[in-house]
Amino acid sequence: MRDKLPPEPPGSEVTPEKLYLRRREFIKNAGLFAGTAAVVGGGLYLLGMKRTRPMDGFVPDAGVVDQPVAPAQGLFSTDEPRTPYEDITTYNNFYELGLDKNDPARRAHLLKTRPWTVVIDGEVHKPWTVDVDQLISAFPLEERVYRMRCVEAWSMVIPWLGLPLGKLLDRVQPTSFAKYVAFTTLEDPEQLPGQKSPVLDWPYVEGLRLDEARHPLTLLATGLYGKQLPAQNGAPLRLVVPWKYGFKGIKSIVRITLTREQPPTTWNITNKREYGFYANVNPAVDHPRWSQATERRIGETSRRPTLPFNGYADAVAGLYSGMDLKRDF
Amino acid sequence: MASSKLPWLNPAIAVGGLSPLLLLAVQGAQGQLGANGIEFALNQTGLFALAVLVGSLACTPVRLVTGWTWPARIRRTLGLLAFTYAAAHFLTYAVLDQGLDVRAMAEDVFTRPFITVGFTALMLLVPLAVTSTNKWVRRLGFPAWQRLHRLAYVAAVLGVVHFVWRVKKDVTEPVLYGAVLALLFAVRVGEALRKRRALARERPA
Repeated sequence: MRDKLPPEPPGSEVTPEKLYLRRREFIKNAGLFAGTAAVVGGGLYLLGMKRTRPMDGFVPDAGVVDQPVAPAQGLFSTDEPRTPYEDITTYNNFYELGLDKNDPARRAHLLKTRPWTVVIDGEVHKPWTVDVDQLISAFPLEERVYRMRCVEAWSMVIPWLGLPLGKLLDRVQPTSFAKYVAFTTLEDPEQLPGQKSPVLDWPYVEGLRLDEARHPLTLLATGLYGKQLPAQNGAPLRLVVPWKYGFKGIKSIVRITLTREQPPTTWNITNKREYGFYANVNPAVDHPRWSQATERRIGETSRRPTLPFNGYADAVAGLYSGMDLKRDF
Repeated sequence: MASSKLPWLNPAIAVGGLSPLLLLAVQGAQGQLGANGIEFALNQTGLFALAVLVGSLACTPVRLVTGWTWPARIRRTLGLLAFTYAAAHFLTYAVLDQGLDVRAMAEDVFTRPFITVGFTALMLLVPLAVTSTNKWVRRLGFPAWQRLHRLAYVAAVLGVVHFVWRVKKDVTEPVLYGAVLALLFAVRVGEALRKRRALARERPA
């Protein structure tokens, strides 16, 4: 500890001859130096390995949707720059396929998205059990360019393809008792290996109030960027509620059930204090551990202010009139 | 303390330890850190700071258990390396993540326990980095200097808490670091007790 370091010799004192005479020692030390440096650097590198890593030139494979698509317009489209396809499909939260952001893309091939059956039941006059392709072809697909705001304070702009959930609900005819819509993700640990660890209660469940579900902005997405939805983005069918935090957009849906009572929702079960049932994007209500006042748009460096209801306040604020958004967050 | 001279040891630790930081800087400058490079840089620098700090705290227990002397000789380098990563972590947060928005950062530090804890850990490391030289050991006197540098343990514990509170749900990794820390602490407590008992036995009845 207390060994004194000798003062550094001036360069003129370091004679090549000395070095020449001690060359074996020098070579040995150089080798030990390089080896140790490599072990230390490599060790740290490995420790950091399993964190979110960028992927090299990964472009997921997805079928092109060849149906005519109503182009997005007005309320249903933002003209903000779209997030690159590669970012949308490699930076995902989908714990069923792993906890790191790039895990879902790496494991996407494990999820078999066809054949796929969706059950629509509960408080409906016409329950419907249907193959997902039949479901999709029963409605005209629309393109919607929506902002997506994750609860983790990052955001994207995504050109979705899909059908308004309201149209599907009209078809199954909710009874007068129906007050909420409950959604369930596929549960199959073989296809969704994340379900082998109890990090959340499986299967993932989400829910909306019936009026939220019927709102024209609420979309059942089947694709993005004009292509079929990749598995990591929730293929074959996912929910998109653009004025709510991303975790409300439940992925890989197998069941839609109309209920009388407010259904349980996964993140709310996991941590009531941090994740509410409504989860409306609200810069005035912070997450207990971080501010929600600003967000980082993927691809941008500086933060931007977060908008109330993610910029859709004119269209949706009425759904919550008379509610205390601080209490019902 | 020093048995054989190992002139290459500390330079190797410094060069090897700083190489991931250099790599991160180069990749960051080239925009090769993925969709959310700032988040990636934050995670990496924070993780390395904690890992190296735990490494520096492992030096004495490893020496006690194995009898090797070299761990003691790299302790200072590891400590300074940990401080370097903690500072890089904070600068990434302050400059890149928050855009030097002092009000937002003050709010973070004073109202969000998870940030408060992390910031406190960094503040504890500052005096340790400043007093890491031999001159400071002499100036303070070894016992006082040693007492001061026990703050490294406090900083590491706060680092683990900061990590636990950061993750949304899966606490496996931070708990792992906490477990290693507890093990190291147990070795040192065991050693202290052994010393005390030895002293008690030496006393004439």
